[in-house]
Amino acid sequence: MYESLLNYPATLFGEFERLRRELDDAFGTSGLPSSIRSVAAGSLPALNIGRTPTSVEVYAFAPGLDASKVDVTLDRGVLRITGERASPLPNPERGKVNFYARERSYGKFTRAIALPDDVDPAHVKASYKDGVLQISVARHEAAQPQRITVQ
Amino acid sequence: MNDTTRVATQEQAAQRAVLPAVDVYEDEAGITLLADMPGVPRDLLELKVEGDALSIEGGVRAQTPDQLEAIYAEVRVPRYRRTFTLSRELDTSRIDASLKDGVLTLRIPKQAHAQPRRIDVQAG
Repeated sequence: MYESLLNYPATLFGEFERLRRELDDAFGTSGLPSSIRSVAAGSLPALNIGRTPTSVEVYAFAPGLDASKVDVTLDRGVLRITGERASPLPNPERGKVNFYARERSYGKFTRAIALPDDVDPAHVKASYKDGVLQISVARHEAAQPQRITVQ
Repeated sequence: MNDTTRVATQEQAAQRAVLPAVDVYEDEAGITLLADMPGVPRDLLELKVEGDALSIEGGVRAQTPDQLEAIYAEVRVPRYRRTFTLSRELDTSRIDASLKDGVLTLRIPKQAHAQPRRIDVQAG
């Protein structure tokens, strides 16, 4: 399920995409089906997802956000992170400012991830620290490993 | 994993780093640099000026609970590093830096004598 997020749709930069795919081949992530919700590589925010016996942890690397304007929803097993990053840059129209690098992206973003079926939508926690949004979704107890005593 | 291999992996991790995305712009008084370094706390950020090279480096502090098993990762290298070459009219002794919510903002002022002055043309 998560591996399927790894493939991105074709972009204008076909050659770079091909190179990236070759690198993916080397690291063994290619050839998997693509998620219907996959986004272009480098889109904000980057996601890391992990799992513990009691929860699913999602880390969204989203620097420079106003935490009060980030929206996290969990609807029918799909976790959706929506937000907007305001540009702190001066308006170039006003002159006397020269821009060199403009690599950071601004504006609205949405990322959606399908979570495993065993998550409990009633227990979701989100926190924002150092530009990382951490979302912790509890898993149902039935899904947690149980020790069975051998008689 | 024994201690020796753990140290070796840490050293390898210290060498690998990704380029943070930056915005750089210049106005009359100096240059401003904004760098995206999500996950980097203040104590893991290192700024260095050596000669005319400005380097920024930061480590991502993992806020991971115990027994976390990674299932999907777009951020695989927990370190950002980038070096810029400055020019002589910039005053490296007065660089102002701030780090907030994973965004590093550097303000590099120009030397006082390098700032533009208006030269009046005498009517004659």
